[in-house]
Amino acid sequence: MKTVKIGYLTRVEGKAELDLTIDGEEVKDLKLKIYEEPRFFEALLIGRSFEEVVELTSRICGICYVTHQLSSVRAVEKVLGVEVNDRIRLLRRLIAIGGIISSHCLHLYLLALPDVLGLPDVFTADPKLLVKALRLKAVGDKLVELIGGRGVHPVTIVVGGFTYTPPKDKLMELAQSLKEAKKTAVESVPLFSADKFPRFEVDCERVALSNPEEYAINEGRVKSNKGLDISEDEFRAFIEETQVPHSTAKHSKVKGRGSYMVGPLSRVNLNFSQLSDDAREAAEASGFKFPSSNPFAANMARLLEVISLIDEALELIDAYREGPVRAPFQVKGGSAGAITEAPRGMNYHWYSIGDDGLIKAADISPPTCQNARRVEDDLREYVPTIAHLSEKEIASRCAMLIRAYDPCISCAVHSIEVKVKKL
Amino acid sequence: MKLKVGVFKFTSCSGCQVELIRMNEQLPELLNLVEFKYWAMASSKLEDGPYDLALVEGAISTPECIEEVKAIREKSRVLVALGDCAVTGGVPSIRNWMSQREAETIVYPKPGYIRSTRVYGIDEYVKVDYYLKGCPPRLENILQVFKAVILGVKPRLRQHSVCVECKLYENECLLTTYKQPCMGPVTAAGCGAICPNVGRVCEGCYGPMSDPNVASMVERLREIGLSDDEIVRKFRKYAGMSKPYREVAKL
Ligand code: SF4
Ligand code: SF4
Ligand code: SF4
Repeated sequence: MKTVKIGYLTRVEGKAELDLTIDGEEVKDLKLKIYEEPRFFEALLIGRSFEEVVELTSRICGICYVTHQLSSVRAVEKVLGVEVNDRIRLLRRLIAIGGIISSHCLHLYLLALPDVLGLPDVFTADPKLLVKALRLKAVGDKLVELIGGRGVHPVTIVVGGFTYTPPKDKLMELAQSLKEAKKTAVESVPLFSADKFPRFEVDCERVALSNPEEYAINEGRVKSNKGLDISEDEFRAFIEETQVPHSTAKHSKVKGRGSYMVGPLSRVNLNFSQLSDDAREAAEASGFKFPSSNPFAANMARLLEVISLIDEALELIDAYREGPVRAPFQVKGGSAGAITEAPRGMNYHWYSIGDDGLIKAADISPPTCQNARRVEDDLREYVPTIAHLSEKEIASRCAMLIRAYDPCISCAVHSIEVKVKKL
Repeated sequence: MKLKVGVFKFTSCSGCQVELIRMNEQLPELLNLVEFKYWAMASSKLEDGPYDLALVEGAISTPECIEEVKAIREKSRVLVALGDCAVTGGVPSIRNWMSQREAETIVYPKPGYIRSTRVYGIDEYVKVDYYLKGCPPRLENILQVFKAVILGVKPRLRQHSVCVECKLYENECLLTTYKQPCMGPVTAAGCGAICPNVGRVCEGCYGPMSDPNVASMVERLREIGLSDDEIVRKFRKYAGMSKPYREVAKL
């Protein structure tokens, strides 16, 4: 029996480790242990005012604060019956796009690229490439900052809209940098193309929001490649959560079926036709075919989204007009849920609010929780195909597969340790 | 010699580290001056200390965290609490005001699997050299600390309140003019009055300034019509466990 201990699975956000025992090609034991210290957000919201939910849930995650703000604000607005105008919807879409560009670029260039280049990190990579990539990420950050008042944990998103109207000329200035950034994104296609990743196909349910009007981010129906087609309000009727002893992240599955994948690959697979022309062309050049059943194609899906969303951001900036961005409302009790697409996949928030405006109960299901079980299932199928390799190689391939999900572990629950044991 | 830096994470959202990564194009420049020996979120190369500078993000909330943060302290020349979570416990410390078991039972059906303690900033357990307040601290302030440690001087972190920065922007005061519950008068400066600049009250995300007049802030909030419960919630948000706020947070 051989036991190999490999250091932390790094370049992910949050703390986790993988325990793996293999006998020949057979996986004897496999546990993705998410041991991030729990932070009990659903508990600490109780007794807080509906107005504080956006601010507090932002702190669930330091990478995808925007989606937490947008899911929670929409859930609260549904309870209060707030109708927002088109300008507010546009700005919410634009800030969500900023958040996705920033997060995807952080993942692609800082966290995933070292795998492709065979380096421990990008610090030692070609500085020219690094500067370009970080400039691309910076336009996402800037977009969030212009609309949200601050990059990390924006401050302008409130129930009913925004506290201020961002000046159009500032957004127009950014449009120039967005065009430059798009060039970098298109040039990066070969870096993340199919020949850079293992060939591995796995059949699973892939779930994402879908919306006939637009590439779904902030609103849509929950759909999958296996026939799921429900409204966001029906989420809990179809998706169940269970707690497992080895993880502080709960496991999700589609009731009566099993684990499922959320995230960029699910979105691109389901809504490919709504990507911009240049993004679809890039897909063609990438060597991956969408819909793709290779979980490693998630990286390319991220890049396609970056390209397409830059194209869309340019249109939105063009269409944006300054003006009032706050809708009136009255406080009343009730309960409602809302889903937005986080960079890593569907992000469900549900609240029950009393007539006094205080939160009575909360149910939050961030994407990493939803994916946790799927990652394990993927690994269970993947490991037998690489069981002949050395323990070290197995560990690094597994880490790469986990990383393809871009797990954002504090959101569920930083470092993944991969332990491989060959019997 | 490049400065040997370690970045560590405890109970947190990683937003402070993400703020650091937001130096974006400046990163290659910083890399000329510092070497990240340990930064798990950004590199697979994890080297043991000693470190010239340790940036510690996140609150301490489990028995394991306590041991780890002590070990980091022993290996580090200058140790910085990066962000509110590390400074005072931050947003996660809100739960200290409910019973531990209650919090666990609300979130987990089988709380027996979960091991957690009350949430504290890191100086509850180790000596901290500098405090980078904020949720998250502004990048300029983080870089200020890098510069100071490279030069071997003390960083200049602001001691006054957000109101001073707010006045520099010539904002109309939300508290006195509009009777809105702005926490600016007791909150540490450093953000550049982000919130009042974009039309909302300061929620206090930098925690208390060096010598806040908490009693008078409470009076003021009462005058504009806040209930004691509402006031308590304001103080129990980003820094409920800090010395100046602990008393009011109990009210
Ligand atoms: S201080 Fe704020 S931004 Fe930093 S880790 Fe804590 S919650 Fe996140
Ligand atoms: S708006 Fe707030 S931060 Fe600005 S001066 Fe008034 S109280 Fe101070
Ligand atoms: S104004 Fe107050 S709440 Fe806003 S960023 Fe500054 S310290 Fe934080």
